[in-house]
Amino acid sequence: MDQIAVHQDSATSTDWPVAIYRTLKSFGVAQVCYVPDAGHTKLIKLSHADADIKTTVLTTEEEGVALAAGAWLGGDRAVLLMQSSGVGNCVNMLSLMASCRFPLLTLVTMRGEWAEFNPWQIPMGRATPQAFEIMGTTVLRLENPDDAEEVISAAASLAYDGDQQVAVLISQRMIGRKKWTKETH
Amino acid sequence: MSITPGTLDRRAAVKALLADRGDLLVISGLGSSSYDVFDAGEHPGNFYLWGAMGGAAMVGLGLALAQPKRPVLVVTGDGEQLMGIGSLLTIATKQPGNLSIAVLDNGRFGETGMQLSHSGLGAKLEVIASGAGIGSVSDIADMAGIESFRNSLRDLAGGPRLARIRIAASEVERALPPRDGTYLKNRFRGHLGFKVS
Repeated sequence: MDQIAVHQDSATSTDWPVAIYRTLKSFGVAQVCYVPDAGHTKLIKLSHADADIKTTVLTTEEEGVALAAGAWLGGDRAVLLMQSSGVGNCVNMLSLMASCRFPLLTLVTMRGEWAEFNPWQIPMGRATPQAFEIMGTTVLRLENPDDAEEVISAAASLAYDGDQQVAVLISQRMIGRKKWTKETH
Repeated sequence: MSITPGTLDRRAAVKALLADRGDLLVISGLGSSSYDVFDAGEHPGNFYLWGAMGGAAMVGLGLALAQPKRPVLVVTGDGEQLMGIGSLLTIATKQPGNLSIAVLDNGRFGETGMQLSHSGLGAKLEVIASGAGIGSVSDIADMAGIESFRNSLRDLAGGPRLARIRIAASEVERALPPRDGTYLKNRFRGHLGFKVS
């Protein structure tokens, strides 16, 4: 079977990654770090192309939590991009943010919840909100592309002004069904 | 696989490293490294980690990127750095010239009963760092090496650099820095001129 992943175009015409990027810019975000996910492709590209944003690729997600702490110490606002599979990796490092009341804004593209083809994605996807909540991280949901600016803006205020750790879970439905083969279902 | 045990006194080594520190900003890894940095002299430009094992170098990277005109030194142990070994690759991708990492290497997990670490079992952190893409690496076994490394820290174009510092595996009395994270955070940011919100 041909296992080359092919992405369908997003079901929506709204360019929500651009809305997220603009919102982050309006909050003065100066550092973006990520473990890549297909759903974050556009935002990662925009970030790399922006000379005013220091963009860092990570080997594992918890590095980004620690990076965000260091950025804040130095006066920078940081954002961590990842997919839901990486959230479990962050659990202990979230102690750093809670203990010091460091702001954290992380944008998480969801897997394992909407038309998921790969059963291996489902356990961590299902546990993602709880994995954040057990560490005191506030979880917000972004389900509708039209809400991107409003939700990201609310999350950024809560993080950077309220000194909280905030995760925005971006619905898998917004990212579009992942098409694994040329067959249609 | 056997390694040559270090002989440097950790407290003396860190004290020498931080002498005449000028505008140096320091992040210390949890456990003995934080005690060593505190013992060398309390300073608002010190941020002591009491947890977040494996995260010290990444806190250093975030800080170094935010403050490119200030030298940033991460002082940590072999066990702490080993837990975040991937961070060496991440740091190398950014090539922050102002970031230096001093790994106090006794080949052991000192805080938990002196169990041998991977370093104690043969891993060479400076070689790993070099392979990760960190251009300036050194293996320091004497105080002359410490002095030379210290002199390099203020060269903001010379990093990232990593020094493996071979310290003796002796236990020293704990010197306990403040543990309140928000205090340490606000003190550090205050030192850089940021107001408490």
